Amino acid sequence: MCTYIIEKTELSGSAKGPNGWMTIDSANVYFDHPFHAPLDHSLNIDFVNAREGTGDRVAVEISKESALKLVDAIMAAIKQGEAAHA
Amino acid sequence: MAFYRGMITEVVEFKGHNGDKGEAYYARPQGDGPFPAAILIHHMPGWDDWIMEATRKLAHHGIIGIAPNLYFREPGKNPDDQAATSRAAGGVSDDQMVGDMEGALAFLRAQKQCNGKVGIMGFCSGGRHAFIAAGRIPSLNAIVDCWGGSVIVDAKELTPKRPVNPIDYAKDINCPILGIFGNDDKNPDPEQVNKTEEVLKKLGKSYEFHRYDGAGHGFFASERPNYRLEQAIDGWKKVYGFFHKHLD
Repeated sequence: MCTYIIEKTELSGSAKGPNGWMTIDSANVYFDHPFHAPLDHSLNIDFVNAREGTGDRVAVEISKESALKLVDAIMAAIKQGEAAHA
Repeated sequence: MAFYRGMITEVVEFKGHNGDKGEAYYARPQGDGPFPAAILIHHMPGWDDWIMEATRKLAHHGIIGIAPNLYFREPGKNPDDQAATSRAAGGVSDDQMVGDMEGALAFLRAQKQCNGKVGIMGFCSGGRHAFIAAGRIPSLNAIVDCWGGSVIVDAKELTPKRPVNPIDYAKDINCPILGIFGNDDKNPDPEQVNKTEEVLKKLGKSYEFHRYDGAGHGFFASERPNYRLEQAIDGWKKVYGFFHKHLD
């Protein structure tokens, strides 16, 4: 079933989409039916600039397993990067 | 009717809630008709390839179909971006959805090929929307609910955009109801389907529910793992038969 559940998190940075780089200020994260991925449910992330409210986004739809691996990869990358730059 | 029926498809404008100019995918069988018609309501991810395909399937079987984009007011270059914007804002309100359905209904009844009888059909969250619309638009002639979840909700789930428990509209539905469900679905699960059926039965409504073993949620969707060939073929036959029985 489609849900209205959504997790929002503020962030700072940029994302690159079909129109080039854009400033982003938040990510909308939800686990629901995808638009494109051939899955029944996927972990979806929309990187957006909510303040500008243009509707532009950089989007991913990935399997739950992929998402959990991505979380681990992000944590590992930050840990190693911080150690290297310390 | 020719064995291979032709059809005309186009994106049309219709007047939605508050007179807003909306867009909809429209498919009608080739010929003067008159044909019955149906409004199709997409699921939460929006106005996608599959809802167009479903609209064409109805047209191929002699039923004019219109699938409005529920998110046409949202910014974004593409329907999927509009869907993402809508979700971030908490989705469309039930009032706005009903207004858009009234607009789509008026569009259909104004077409010279339409016989004036119009059904409504929704998938997933669109099934819930169809249930609400059927209760609030008395002139609809038939409703098909395909695995619509959250038709019965707790009071704590009500929100300003969704302020009424959909099942409370059951008493106002005066057209025949077809329900298509998978027994492995989690929302609606078989118990929820049973509860909805109990209410319809108690109210003396005209309904037929079909529950499929070996099928879960969204089992008509041929591009997704939940697709179930035999159940989907039988389910579509039920849909065509139901619409022709009540709308011809």
